[in-house]
Amino acid sequence: MTATDPNLTETAVTISVNGNDVAVPAGSSILDACTAAGIDTPTICYAENLTPVNACRVCVVEVENSRTLVPSCSRTAEEGMVVQTDSDRVRHSRKMVLEFLGSGVDLSQADEIAPWMETYGADPTRFGDDVETMNESVRIEDDLYVRDYDKCVLCYKCVEACGDDAQHTFAISMSGRGFGARIATEFDVTLPESACVYCGNCVAVCPTNALQFKTEFDLRKADNWREEDQSVTQTVCSYCGVGCNLELHTQDERIVKVTSPNDHSVTSGHLCIKGRFGWQYVHAGADD
Amino acid sequence: MPDLHLTEDRASVAESAAIDQTLADLGVTPAIVVETERVVRGGVHRKNERRHALLPCLHALQTESGWISRGGTNYIAEKLNIPPAEIYGVASFYEMFRVDEAPGHDDDVVHVCVDSPCLQYAEAKIAELTAAGKHVHRSPCLGQCDRATADHGPALFIQGRGAENSVPSDDATGLWDLPQKHEFGITLLKNVGRIDPTSLDAYVGAGGYKALAKAFGMGADQVIEEVTTAGLMGRGGAAFPTGIKWRGVAAESGTKHIVVNADESEPGTFKDRTIMENDPFALIEAMTIAGFATGAQKGWIYIRGEYPLATLRLQNAIDEARAAGFVGDGIARSSFNFDIEIRRGAGAYICGEETALFNSLEGFRGEPRQKPPFPTTNGLFDQPTAINNPETLLNVLPIVLDGGEAYKALGTEGSSGYKLFCLSGDVATPGTYEVTFGPTLREVLELAGGVQGTLRAVLLGGAAGSFVGPDALDMPLTMEATRAAGASLGSGVVMAFNDTTDFSAVCIRIAEFFRNESCGQCVPCRVGAVRQHEVLVRTAGAQLNGEVTLLNDIDQAMKDASICGLGHTASTAVLSAIELGLI
Repeated sequence: MTATDPNLTETAVTISVNGNDVAVPAGSSILDACTAAGIDTPTICYAENLTPVNACRVCVVEVENSRTLVPSCSRTAEEGMVVQTDSDRVRHSRKMVLEFLGSGVDLSQADEIAPWMETYGADPTRFGDDVETMNESVRIEDDLYVRDYDKCVLCYKCVEACGDDAQHTFAISMSGRGFGARIATEFDVTLPESACVYCGNCVAVCPTNALQFKTEFDLRKADNWREEDQSVTQTVCSYCGVGCNLELHTQDERIVKVTSPNDHSVTSGHLCIKGRFGWQYVHAGADD
Repeated sequence: MPDLHLTEDRASVAESAAIDQTLADLGVTPAIVVETERVVRGGVHRKNERRHALLPCLHALQTESGWISRGGTNYIAEKLNIPPAEIYGVASFYEMFRVDEAPGHDDDVVHVCVDSPCLQYAEAKIAELTAAGKHVHRSPCLGQCDRATADHGPALFIQGRGAENSVPSDDATGLWDLPQKHEFGITLLKNVGRIDPTSLDAYVGAGGYKALAKAFGMGADQVIEEVTTAGLMGRGGAAFPTGIKWRGVAAESGTKHIVVNADESEPGTFKDRTIMENDPFALIEAMTIAGFATGAQKGWIYIRGEYPLATLRLQNAIDEARAAGFVGDGIARSSFNFDIEIRRGAGAYICGEETALFNSLEGFRGEPRQKPPFPTTNGLFDQPTAINNPETLLNVLPIVLDGGEAYKALGTEGSSGYKLFCLSGDVATPGTYEVTFGPTLREVLELAGGVQGTLRAVLLGGAAGSFVGPDALDMPLTMEATRAAGASLGSGVVMAFNDTTDFSAVCIRIAEFFRNESCGQCVPCRVGAVRQHEVLVRTAGAQLNGEVTLLNDIDQAMKDASICGLGHTASTAVLSAIELGLI
């Protein structure tokens, strides 16, 4: 949910964030209020087009009279709440969460997370060398996308996008328990054997590149993935009459991935297999 | 709901029969109804009607085939309209379900407790069983700590293949011998070992169902008033005022639930098992009163999967009570309707957390939910729910019979009434002991015949509690006194350790327990519990020195940022052991 102008609604609530009053529409989260107050809050499992699962706990804030810290993404702002976003406790927990993740997961392609590591002074190596990690190998099961669970932070976003929040396919679920928890299909069968319909919505919401398009994977492998050289072209999908907006990411005049804007009223960032992967015809003949 | 995409695997005839039987027993209609030639799907609105049947179906499949087979999973998927990936996600969450067809999967599985105080006997037993060709599973506390210490062997639980589960040391015949002598004038345990736990007549003959009759006479509001006046606080560990909880549920409308949290899994805890095995009717009566007081129509008992005798006794009690008109519609010829169902857990400590329990019962992974909202408004099936521990509910009977004021007068200012303690470890006679709040730690230990050897430490409140040293012997075991000392009563665990204990091993096992039992949902607990364990293993027997800062940092993040109580308390015992110089 994005915070709208509180003057436009009669049901605004006012909370104090770091000593400043912030008015947000009733029902907004603390995170919305922080954003409205211009405060940058780290998030990993949160996405504006998914239901908050509050699993990563990196967005925690201190709320007066609350024994523990609270996840700002999923806690509704209540009138008169007094919130601290930069106290020692908050900084400590955020730093620890980042260190915990960095110590067990390959975050080398988690571009959103890297700056926070610096902000919070996180040092994932402090637990020593001999620590348990995800220890998974890359799964390449088809030509459309790969799963590299060594990079998985178990944020549930892909599960939500596959399930209730977007696709309603339910091809994957969290499985196992504790540190052994993994995203999996039933009995860990391959994607082609599973219910997967290759909408790619899981790939679009993955914050760490644990899920990535095969095109990107291949280019990275060839050491030729150059985001700085890529351009993004907005267009409308030509397959059916729904009118999904597409963002064509191109590098060297070739499409390397397709996304849709999260704030697009038709897609909320989600697409189907055709819009997401059915672009090869664009290059037909160009290789000859 | 999804159009299901299933693999080719099909259930065997025996598997589908076992699942069909389970659904029939539960009165659950399968999702797909064939009407003439059309297949009609049930639809989203019927989700709640069926999904709670998932755990019972998985139990049936596991018992029939020795694993959660692919074909069986597909059959359940069709019957309950649940995607197979989600069924796999749920099944793989629990210790008692096997999702791999490993060799020997069709053997019985012998669960051997590896928690204190069984820890010291566990390895030898595991070696013996393994040598005998048994399929062994290293289990967290099985809630038999009283027997294990006495028998000098670890607690066992046998998960049957093609047969019911069993506990070798259970005696399903005759009366159990309560270690505490009845001359002490005990109240909560008054029927234990004295009346036949399988007979409603015996229960009524001993004064049973008088409290329910009195509750009907005083009215729902007055029952809550008495419970509030009594100052009854939850006995599961959190010590929340029961009256406030019930008042909250009573104020809500629509379908409401009473849930008994009988997923007793805190290491060192076995008091609820004592109650449920030996006085099951008392729990049924107490939860019926809770239903009447709060206006709930439906009662659920979520019981540990490793408690087969308690499950059997409770089911028998419900059946007998129903036949006599004490469960079901128009209870005791009143206009009050209240039905009770039992659900068995499947091996997951986290499901003792109330919101994880709801998820588990509803057929989802046992992952805790964020609070607020609280169960009183958004509990089971997102409906208003009062969830209580069996011991808490048992206290309602004397409160209703004698009045809240009389109960309040018992015990101390901050802790009124009766309390059960689970005495185990290095004491002469381990067992469940009842006191009226007030006795000191020393006096409670003496109830169990005193400490064997020289006392070095006592673990109060279980793995989620903390160690106290001999200097705490004169501390009264009350909520306020333990809180002032930085400890807590938790679920009533009093586990004694003498000076021959290898505390490094004990603490490593406690850390391993939390590592294994973390649900994995939130980062601080999922990773923090692992890192804590790794530090202790790395420094085992050596000086912790610089590592204490790291442990404190991990602890602070788990306490502050975890979703639920498991993460909040996962390092309490270890840090208290460091403070006492035990490791």
